[in-house]
Amino acid sequence: MTKVSMTINGKQVSGDVEGRTLLASFLREDQRLTGTHIGCDTSQCGACVVHVDGKAVKSCTMFAIEADGAQVATIEGQAAEDGTLNAIQAAFQEHHGLQCGFCTPGMVMSAAALLKENPKPSASEVREYLEGNICRCTGYHNIVKSIMAASGQDVSAIAAE
Amino acid sequence: MPKDGGIGAPTRRREDVRFLTGTGQYSDDMNVYGQTVAVFARSTVANGVIKSIDTSAAAAMPGVLAVFTGEDFVDVGGNPAGWLINSRDGEPMKEPKRPVLAHGKVRHVGDAYAAVIAETTEQAKDAVEAIEVDIEELPAVVNMKDALSSTNYVHDEIGTNQCFDWGWIEDNRAATDAAIKGAHHVTTLELVNNRLVPNAMEPRCSMAQYNRANDEYTLHTTSQNPHLTRLLISAFVLGIPENKLTVIAPDVGGGFGSKIYHYGEEALVLAAAKKIGRPVKWTSDRTEAFLTDAHGRDHVTTIELALDAEGKFLAFRTETMANVGAYLSNFSTATPTFLHGTLMAGNYTVPNVYVNVKAVFTNTAPVDAYRGAGRPEATFSLERVIDKAAREIGMDPIELRRKNFIKPDQYPFASAAGLEYDSGNYDALMDQMEKVADVAGFEARRKASEKNGKLRGFGVNAYIEACGIAPSNLVGVLGSRVGLYDAATVRVNATGNLSVMVGAHSHGQGHETAFPQVVAEMLGIDPQSIDIVHGDTSKIPFGMGTYGSRSLAVCGSAVVRATEKIINKAKKIAAHMLEASDGDIELTDGVFSVAGTDKSVTFGEVALKAYIPHEFPLEDIEPGLEETAFYDPANFTYPSGAYCCEVEVDPDTGKVSVERMTAVDDFGNVINPMIVTGQVHGGLGQGIGQALLENTTYDENGQLLSASYMDYVMPRADDLPFYTVDHSQGNACTHNPLGVKGCGEAGAIGSPPTVVNAVIDALQSGGKNVTHIDMPMTPHRVWSAMQNA
Repeated sequence: MTKVSMTINGKQVSGDVEGRTLLASFLREDQRLTGTHIGCDTSQCGACVVHVDGKAVKSCTMFAIEADGAQVATIEGQAAEDGTLNAIQAAFQEHHGLQCGFCTPGMVMSAAALLKENPKPSASEVREYLEGNICRCTGYHNIVKSIMAASGQDVSAIAAE
Repeated sequence: MPKDGGIGAPTRRREDVRFLTGTGQYSDDMNVYGQTVAVFARSTVANGVIKSIDTSAAAAMPGVLAVFTGEDFVDVGGNPAGWLINSRDGEPMKEPKRPVLAHGKVRHVGDAYAAVIAETTEQAKDAVEAIEVDIEELPAVVNMKDALSSTNYVHDEIGTNQCFDWGWIEDNRAATDAAIKGAHHVTTLELVNNRLVPNAMEPRCSMAQYNRANDEYTLHTTSQNPHLTRLLISAFVLGIPENKLTVIAPDVGGGFGSKIYHYGEEALVLAAAKKIGRPVKWTSDRTEAFLTDAHGRDHVTTIELALDAEGKFLAFRTETMANVGAYLSNFSTATPTFLHGTLMAGNYTVPNVYVNVKAVFTNTAPVDAYRGAGRPEATFSLERVIDKAAREIGMDPIELRRKNFIKPDQYPFASAAGLEYDSGNYDALMDQMEKVADVAGFEARRKASEKNGKLRGFGVNAYIEACGIAPSNLVGVLGSRVGLYDAATVRVNATGNLSVMVGAHSHGQGHETAFPQVVAEMLGIDPQSIDIVHGDTSKIPFGMGTYGSRSLAVCGSAVVRATEKIINKAKKIAAHMLEASDGDIELTDGVFSVAGTDKSVTFGEVALKAYIPHEFPLEDIEPGLEETAFYDPANFTYPSGAYCCEVEVDPDTGKVSVERMTAVDDFGNVINPMIVTGQVHGGLGQGIGQALLENTTYDENGQLLSASYMDYVMPRADDLPFYTVDHSQGNACTHNPLGVKGCGEAGAIGSPPTVVNAVIDALQSGGKNVTHIDMPMTPHRVWSAMQNA
């Protein structure tokens, strides 16, 4: 076992991990941050996306010890202290960008990384960026719409209620 | 204008907040004190005899608490099929036992023959590797046609690989044959409805606890229908009394059919929890999901359409082989038969329909209902052969469909496939589709695509489906072993807020938002004061769960009935409080008043009175305000739609892209249009996935070649377009109180033939005489078809 320390959502944490412990497992099992989900074994689905030192990372592709000393952000840290949703979360609710909710944490974290890099993405740029996030419920229409709305763009021309 | 939060309002979903903040509670998010882990040993061959299993080394590994094999379950029951199908000769279907763990033989790759319970996942996995198993591999039966003629049986004891040979309607066979023989024109099409893996993003997970003090079990599991799971485990598999087993399906990350069924892993963790006296959890990984979740579709079909000289349909005749895999999953025998054959008249006045379905055992994973369940297969066959016929007789495909549509004045309409359609207007749907999709502008768009070197095609489709399953009396006659009603309890608490316990389960459908809209509208109260309770057999009276687009049509109707009972009783209490007669009490916007007076009490005051019954007329009214209703529908509901799409095909590579996709549906009345639109979007995504990307491939040895997201092509955001969805043309269902029809599966039913029809149109426009391409229409398949044309 090796001791790791990192900052998660602004809080300093540490724990003992095996060399093979994935960051996703460390978050879910040691830290009880179960908003980060595991949907596949091949780093394809993106349900486990978190930010490590500001970059979107699939936490199932990274060992916990590799995040030693890092700043980690997860879905649990996205809303304000009083529970107010951030702009991306609020847009997902407003535009019905989620159904079963399982892929949603990864989608929100990927969207946040996208908007940091590209504050006003086009629809096709959003779609391309989400290549690594699979959703089975929404057909992506409302996810793309939500992310564009979160970026402050007018989405009224994209049909829906 | 709908009331805010009432029927018809696009109310934002309250459940979203927990999913958006990472506070949802999915099965694998829960851990309990003393929990252990189960890992399964699964067959790496598709067919083989288990000569020996030696678990002694595994049992001695660090952290191992128990090892189970098939031997441990020989005295318990099998996981049953829920629907008895009789063959054309009257013989009942073959029902080989589906054990908790394979015993004697393994029958598909992934078939579990042992399980290890250990302190940690890693220890359990290491111990599974230490199980010494000798499996003598036998040749696998994979291809359905080969399976029917082979003497290599998936189940030796039944002496055939044919589960049943079903005819619908057998009495129509001769007339259908005669109509085809004498027809002016007959169009024939052979097609494959490709095998799909449902791929809910949350893998299955089951966690069992056993309480020795009172001999009670609790199972947390990824289920669309916890009561059905409890019933199957209690009545058929383990024999645990229903009153000693609680099944809880907490937040569930999608189902699409695959989480309807009871699976052996659930029984295993229950038995293991009792044996070791500690909680046991199993979480599927994605590879296990590919190998063991029930798959969908997998039909090989020949369909014939007979027409007269004017283009009127005279008959549809269908021959289908339907793969059921190695074991019968719970609805696997209903899906290719009554959920498929009964829809084979489509939206049309065709007088003759005959369907023959042979269900075939193979050494592959079980196949069962997947989003649409039989209706996508029916619609695909019908709407492809109609399109082909239109080309052959030189008629516009929309005109040919319109010529044969059932007209609005013909309802109720007895279809030639045995159903009674209650309402619809297919011409109006087609009109709306032509309008919102700007069909008139297609030719200009085609020219623009041609300028860019692309072939553009237009495809159209009309569908009808049967939802809201189902009238128990009817399905009982047809072989169903369960009733298909649903139940709800409305509990008004003393302080005036409500808990509504529903048998339907929400795993993406937004019930926690939509069901309160119904109750709030009826009672005239704030929807935020109403909470939905679902997914827990200890809290809910009963329920058959969520599938077949039934939640609102069946369970929502039970909610209406229970709320009506609440209103009746509340009026009695109000009458007592206001010293009036019950018949004079009116309920408006949450206030009970005496007609024609200014005397009134609020809903909250009545609720309080019900629980503090001072000066209460106990001889007339019991204290409390809680009512339960069971609702069994009088008929199926019949959603229908007109879909179209435009595709571009790259003639150099064969790559297809869907440029425009329009879905116009008749869902009857709509409770929450935002949720309904989202349901259609999801179905469209899956339907386009089936048409262009997804395929489940077994090699000749029964090895699953597409068992990961590296190999099975899931639709991603850049594979799909924005959609145009319209449900303005609703015709209310005539027999349920909300007038709703169901919307969950429509998109997956309507879109696959639409996309294929459009690709064929594109290729034809490019001078390629291609009449059919099987799904998924990969670049390779499209390019090859163009080269061979």
